[in-house]
Amino acid sequence: MLNASLKQLSLLLSEKKISSAELAGEFLARIKALNPDLNAFITVDEEKSLKQAQAADKMIASGQFTALTGIPVAQKDMFCTKGWLTTCGSKMLSNFVSPYDAAVVNQLDRAGMVNLGKTNMDEFAMGSSNETSYYGPVKNPWDRQAVPGGSSGGSACAVAARLVPAATGSDTGGSIRQPAALCGISGIRPTYGLVSRYGMIALASSIDQAGPMAKSAEDLALLLNSMIGFDERDSTSLQREKENYTQDLEKSIDGLRIGLPREFFAEGISSDVSSAVETALAEYRKLGATFVEVSLPNSKHAVSVYCVLAAAEASSNLSRFDGIRYGYRTPHHTNLEDLYTKTRAEGFGDEVKRRILMGTHVLTHGCYETYYLQAQKLRRLITEDFIKAFEQCDVMMGPTSPTVAFNLGEKCADPTQMYLSDTYTCTVSLAGLPGMSIPIGFGNNKRPAGLQIIGNYFREALLLNTAHRYQQVTNWHELTPPGINL
Amino acid sequence: MTLSLNDIKHVAKLARIEISEAEAQQNLIQLSGIFSLIEQMQTVDTQGIKPMSHPHDMTQRLREDTVTETDQHLLFQSIAPEVENGYYLVPKVIE
Repeated sequence: MLNASLKQLSLLLSEKKISSAELAGEFLARIKALNPDLNAFITVDEEKSLKQAQAADKMIASGQFTALTGIPVAQKDMFCTKGWLTTCGSKMLSNFVSPYDAAVVNQLDRAGMVNLGKTNMDEFAMGSSNETSYYGPVKNPWDRQAVPGGSSGGSACAVAARLVPAATGSDTGGSIRQPAALCGISGIRPTYGLVSRYGMIALASSIDQAGPMAKSAEDLALLLNSMIGFDERDSTSLQREKENYTQDLEKSIDGLRIGLPREFFAEGISSDVSSAVETALAEYRKLGATFVEVSLPNSKHAVSVYCVLAAAEASSNLSRFDGIRYGYRTPHHTNLEDLYTKTRAEGFGDEVKRRILMGTHVLTHGCYETYYLQAQKLRRLITEDFIKAFEQCDVMMGPTSPTVAFNLGEKCADPTQMYLSDTYTCTVSLAGLPGMSIPIGFGNNKRPAGLQIIGNYFREALLLNTAHRYQQVTNWHELTPPGINL
Repeated sequence: MTLSLNDIKHVAKLARIEISEAEAQQNLIQLSGIFSLIEQMQTVDTQGIKPMSHPHDMTQRLREDTVTETDQHLLFQSIAPEVENGYYLVPKVIE
């Protein structure tokens, strides 16, 4: 049951073979046993969770339930959750109990899902290894020496270790796809604007997007169905008709044109990831897909563009943390200026401070045109490359991350190396396109490798269909880490 | 463009983050590394390209100018570091 799909869990619940309270209890017991080692959760509150599960059981008993009612989920700790500590992985919010729910939390609550807790993450989602969290690093369940990826490392770890069947994540430079790849699970970053970001603590507002993380594409489709929708409280939320992502999952992909961006298979990709991707592509050939080489020539600048734009937007977004209205306030201050500067010096970690300094710098007079405007112009060129390439193909495929999970501590001293691990994901984010990652086997040290599938705007249904067909003929998504007993 | 220690201290002041000499040095080294990477952006001729600030071609939505929020100051101030009579307290600004 701990390895069951959401569909199977829903069936067990609706047939009353198990209650939501029992299900929550089983997963909570696993969290209690395994979390001290994995550190995937920052906050767990059994009482709150069980209360929600009992309410879900009532919904089921009354016949008023959805495909997700009674199923446990975990929320990344950047989604404001009413009555729960919402830290965003930072000391700055170490005492912040949210007075309201994020849209995503609210939507999954309404669907009847049971929140099992708040997952660990890089501080303010700034990181690719989960090592910048104030609450300590998360371990990769496949290998405790390895990072889980980031910034949604806690969510990825929790799903991989079967501490919870599904979790939410957010993706700016690759924070859903990269940890999904490194932990051997599935995750999708939808088209920018599809999922409301109301109550999702902002990193880079022109790039941030929320999405689900789970074992399989089928599970993701079910979750996404309940996460999308127009929200007037998010000024970038798109007004469009809701799609049903489970409807076309089984469709044949015979004749699907898969674009292979030349730049994703050039220098930088490690040989173990490369061969895992080749094997996955061979499987797609058997499913009837055809391949065409495409080019994204400006993607080589994506990490630079991303660094500049994300830092600039973050420096602005994080100016709200000043120790006045909520969150941490320094106990030692002599005047208002001193209160601000000490609160921010003590409340933020090194990576967050570095990005605020960088973002402030690129926005200063004299640097604005050289860096910020140049990055925005390159962002357009990167996006136009994608639009042109999609004239030749239906989806694109390549590695999610250039390597399998690296060791804890390996890249901490050199932030530039850390940023380069987002090279294949952040380019997709800049264009605002949907992308997902699915497990495709293992590379060095038996650590998981991920395949990235990229779609044109609003082609989530095709992405999920493409991923699902692969998962019908492979079982990578069903494998669990060694030592993780079910 | 090369970064100097003074640049770091200047932006730290602008960003209202107290920074020690050692932290400024450390940031100088790490940010210089990042800037040597992003400096490569300058090799691309982007003359005539319109800057892209957002993935979708959309404009800000407008709404009727009516009250939509209710007064929840007690709830919001319940998580503030220091409040008094409905006001947020800060150190004295005017002597």
